[in-house]
Amino acid sequence: MKKIYNKARDTVIEIGPGLFLILIFEIIFFSVTSEYFFGWGNFKNIFRASAIIGVMALGQTIVIISGGFDLSVGAVSAATGMAAAWMLRAGYGFIPSIIVAILIGGMIGMVNGAITGYGRINPLITTLGMMSIVRGLGFIISGGYDIAISNKTFLRMGSGQIFTIPYIAIILVFLFITVGLTIPKFSFGRYMYAIGSNERACVLAGVRVNRWKLVFYGSCGALAGLAGAITSARVGVGAPQINMGVELGVITAVILGGTALTGGKGKILGTFLGLFIVSTMSNGLVMLSVPTFYKYVATGSLLLIAVMYDEWRRSHFAKR
Amino acid sequence: MLLELTNISKSFGAVTALKDVSLKLNDNECLGLLGDNGAGKSTLLKVLSGVYKADSGKTFMNDTEVDFTDPLLAREAGIEMIYQDLALADELSADANIFLGREQKNNLFGFLRTLNKSSMKSEAKKVLATLGSDLDASRIVNVMSGGERQLVAVARALQFKPTILLMDEPTAALSAEKASHLNNLILSLKEQNLGIILVSHRFSDIFAVCDRIVVLNGGQIADEFLVSDGTFEELSTRVLKIMASN
Repeated sequence: MKKIYNKARDTVIEIGPGLFLILIFEIIFFSVTSEYFFGWGNFKNIFRASAIIGVMALGQTIVIISGGFDLSVGAVSAATGMAAAWMLRAGYGFIPSIIVAILIGGMIGMVNGAITGYGRINPLITTLGMMSIVRGLGFIISGGYDIAISNKTFLRMGSGQIFTIPYIAIILVFLFITVGLTIPKFSFGRYMYAIGSNERACVLAGVRVNRWKLVFYGSCGALAGLAGAITSARVGVGAPQINMGVELGVITAVILGGTALTGGKGKILGTFLGLFIVSTMSNGLVMLSVPTFYKYVATGSLLLIAVMYDEWRRSHFAKR
Repeated sequence: MLLELTNISKSFGAVTALKDVSLKLNDNECLGLLGDNGAGKSTLLKVLSGVYKADSGKTFMNDTEVDFTDPLLAREAGIEMIYQDLALADELSADANIFLGREQKNNLFGFLRTLNKSSMKSEAKKVLATLGSDLDASRIVNVMSGGERQLVAVARALQFKPTILLMDEPTAALSAEKASHLNNLILSLKEQNLGIILVSHRFSDIFAVCDRIVVLNGGQIADEFLVSDGTFEELSTRVLKIMASN
């Protein structure tokens, strides 16, 4: 227990107080400016909104730390949400539907990994292409129609709660804690940082870099698959247009959380904080009755600030 | 014979980097490779370390034919290489770099292979100590000085007790003092039953530590002699003449 405490303390020190302060500032600001913001009922909304972006951001963190990038997570989540809805409609149960969503996501992710690794294609181009392909196929296969979900257990995952805590918030926190604590203990974590830090050095050291890329992109895809199932459970349908443009929030959360765009650096806890900064801002603006389109302006601005900060931090440390 | 290469050739498209190169390396010997830029020195080391695959020719280790299709196979056969740019993962600690690709693991619950960080850290400390350094093995390489990074690269090469050590311009980024320290280290390594191939542009380094020198020119062996065959001035003039003839 003490070991876990020390590890958590070291991680918090490493991330620095900046993210915590931004989050606290946001909470104070919106609590003062909106009478509807501060309360467990609204915090549950923030958690629910964070869950979908958060699960995808977790996978994105893995890929970005390893030196890659995945723009296809939103499209993959729509496709896997539809797959889960189709499975449920066909009479399969709650668990098989989620497993199929995760597997399909994982397979699409592995294709991304194969193209970027073995095919040596830039990950931005690879996943941009994949985003378009998967989104397009979703529309083609479904004919543009939603697939309604009637399985109550599945729907409860999206809207149910235990002791007033939403299930999807528990899933989110569980995933972040599990991945954050286990990653450093395995080769997965070691090579994630090593490959992002210096891919060539890893190749020369005999690390099977391309195989690991399959694993990293596959994990990201699998998490996007789970996010797709969660989204469908939230909205009650599988639909091809779900999570369109979600990549903005996902990438903003990851970069804001301190993960370096150049790879090799980042913390799962950082992404968790970045996620809540994005979600709290988004929710707070709604509570202030700010029109939705301003939310995009605010999220985009956050992303640019985060990227500029990342660039400044790198050049600052390079000079030392 | 520790290592023997026969008729090694390697081309990149229309460019011939190595043509019918044959050489031998004996136990406890340090062989120097000299030559101008593009002579094929680094390519030869990369063929030996499994980074490049030779187009033709054969490689023998202890009289057994070997064929390294990737660096891991070469490392497993006992060939370690120190690269000119050191090839370190900057965001990892020294011990993580030393064990990169060959991590020590625990068996958690009999099937989960977790990293054995404490063991790797203590072994990294030990190998650094044999190099006369008390460097903190848990420090991130990114914040280390050039000399410290060099030490980490050397420690990584020595950690797995290689039989052949390949060094590509190891002193290129070092001060004269650090280079001299590294030369002393190479001399001490030779005593440890190790064959060394050293590539350097610094003639003084090569002549200080090597027993024999092979001069490459245009991807071919142009000359070969023992360091004891003449004075530093005589032999370096001989090498320079070859380079100038290119």
